[in-house]
Amino acid sequence: MDDTKRYERLLTRFRDGDINRRTFLTALGAAGVVAGVTGGPMGMLARKAMAATPEQVRFDGWGGVVSEAFEKYAFAPYTKKTGIEVVSGTFGGADEYIARVKASQPGEFNLAHLSGVFDYARYHGLELTSELNEDNIPNLKNVIPTLVEPLRKITGGTISAVPYDYGTTGIAYNRKYISDDEAKAKGAKLMVDEAYKGKIGGWGEWKTRIWYGAMQSDQDPNNIQDIEAVWDMVRAHRDLALKYWSSGAELMSLLAEEEIYVTEGWSGRIKALQDQGHDIGYLDPAGGLGWQECLFVLRGSPMAACEELLNFMLEPEVAIAVAEGQSYPPALDPQKIELGAVIPTLPAFDPSGTLSSLSFFDPAYWNENEADWSKTFSRVQRGY
Amino acid sequence: MAADVAGARRTPWVLLSPSLATISLLLIVPMLFIVVYSFWLRTATGADQVGFYLDNWIEVLGDRFYRDILFQTLLIAFYTTVICAFVGYIPAYFVANTRMKSKAFLLLLLMLPFWISYIIRTMSWINILGTSGALNTLLISIGIIDDPIQMLYNQQTVVLGLVHYLLPFMILNVYVSLDGIDKNLTEAAQSLGCTGFQAFREVTLPLSMPGLAAGSLLCFVLAAGTYITPIVLGGPRDAMFANLVFEAIVTQLNWPLGSALSLVLLALLGALVVIYTRYLGIDQIAKSFK
Repeated sequence: MDDTKRYERLLTRFRDGDINRRTFLTALGAAGVVAGVTGGPMGMLARKAMAATPEQVRFDGWGGVVSEAFEKYAFAPYTKKTGIEVVSGTFGGADEYIARVKASQPGEFNLAHLSGVFDYARYHGLELTSELNEDNIPNLKNVIPTLVEPLRKITGGTISAVPYDYGTTGIAYNRKYISDDEAKAKGAKLMVDEAYKGKIGGWGEWKTRIWYGAMQSDQDPNNIQDIEAVWDMVRAHRDLALKYWSSGAELMSLLAEEEIYVTEGWSGRIKALQDQGHDIGYLDPAGGLGWQECLFVLRGSPMAACEELLNFMLEPEVAIAVAEGQSYPPALDPQKIELGAVIPTLPAFDPSGTLSSLSFFDPAYWNENEADWSKTFSRVQRGY
Repeated sequence: MAADVAGARRTPWVLLSPSLATISLLLIVPMLFIVVYSFWLRTATGADQVGFYLDNWIEVLGDRFYRDILFQTLLIAFYTTVICAFVGYIPAYFVANTRMKSKAFLLLLLMLPFWISYIIRTMSWINILGTSGALNTLLISIGIIDDPIQMLYNQQTVVLGLVHYLLPFMILNVYVSLDGIDKNLTEAAQSLGCTGFQAFREVTLPLSMPGLAAGSLLCFVLAAGTYITPIVLGGPRDAMFANLVFEAIVTQLNWPLGSALSLVLLALLGALVVIYTRYLGIDQIAKSFK
């Protein structure tokens, strides 16, 4: 018997006088509570949207040119070959997506284009990781090993994602006001230079603020000894900054409109600005902040279908097209795969495939401090 | 006979049952979830620890940080409401008293901003007040200033964005109130020797107070609950209470703390609505939507 039938019966009993008004409304309220707890109509909608059946897999990413490249080079041929439809969705940020996944049922979301190792560890902490059968992803052998190993370390030797691209969060500056020499000489401290008060920006993300605070206080960001010195630097930057930006589009707008002269920036976004003709310099200071993005398979997903899709997405043709679209180098090892003419020109590209010049967030260290530092940053940001 | 009376009494409840079920499902049940969540804890991995813990409530109610941001939020909402009241009264008075045939067109103009996304409207100020925005370009081109003035990303622009967003709500409420005033009353006051301004002060203004109060309540509650405007138009320090809720739930993945924070805001704004209803009646707000 479906819910509609149950409701009609209840209404008939009420109309016939078998139950009084209070009982009727109580039953109705209880039905509402049950529906809310067990899913009810929402659950039915969710099941409709759920793409965990072998006929479909759901992919979520950043949208824009990246999604277009995925659609053209990976999803369409994949569907043609397998008959499995790829339902594509987008999200605005990693935090927003993890909140959505946390609120969902297993299998509702399948694959996602996520930020690197730190978020991978967060998903693992929430028991949302899966176990990929690497035999089903032969293209994985073309991926830079340095990017795969940190993932293995977190999930005990297996992986729940494949690395897909990488980039850096370096220092972007307007060359009209700041010379290359000055940027190089001051490095991360350029962003706490009083001379540029009111013309400094920064990403309003706690990890990046603390990382740069550590660099500005001459500490190793993955082994901070004096956190108070870091907070002092975060405060100094806050007081000099005009704006904390929260998206790549906002970063580009602030620099392009000359609202700010210096900020940290994502290598691909700065490259896009340079390509548009803006005279923006980009510097990865010593121990520059690198990151990777991965294609993550969530627990409860149809694994064989997802693994086959991952293999499609790791095809050099697809990975290079996506990389050129978003201006971030692909995770493919340049020592094994010919990456064409454009990729070597992208910022952060490492022709050796070792990425030895970059530093990455140590997931164990940063996850251990996440709860405390993210909350403290929220306060420091507001003047505390 | 008795059965007929009982049937007649039941009918409104039967008719209301779909609405009651919808409200239960979409409002009361989720709110109960939030109440339950506020007593849970976030573990180090981001997972929730089920149980009955008062930690979140002790933190939210005992920590000065939250009180300060709440006070700042109420202050911004207050400034916004006062500016909306002053700026909104004049166009509402004009529309209510105009003898133009196109009064309906003027009302339509009031509704026009609702056709554009609130976020787009908020972001439009960046193009107006930005360093290379319309206002700076104009001031430089006519020689008033040599270098652009930094106007964006401070508390004033947050208030400006909120006024832009909420002004139509104020104007509509005041207009409804003014439109319902019998014009003979002001004429009678003037015939008894009042000047035009005295008639306005002694007759029109007091009679329009319910509309002004309804508009103020709406503006205050909506302003206090916003988080987009400070993100788009605020500087690093400019945050409102709803931003803390957003950060707790989305950035820190601390749903229990976020739940406690949102309930505090809900309780505070709910108390305001209750006080308003007690003294002025909530039906005044409904009139502006008729």
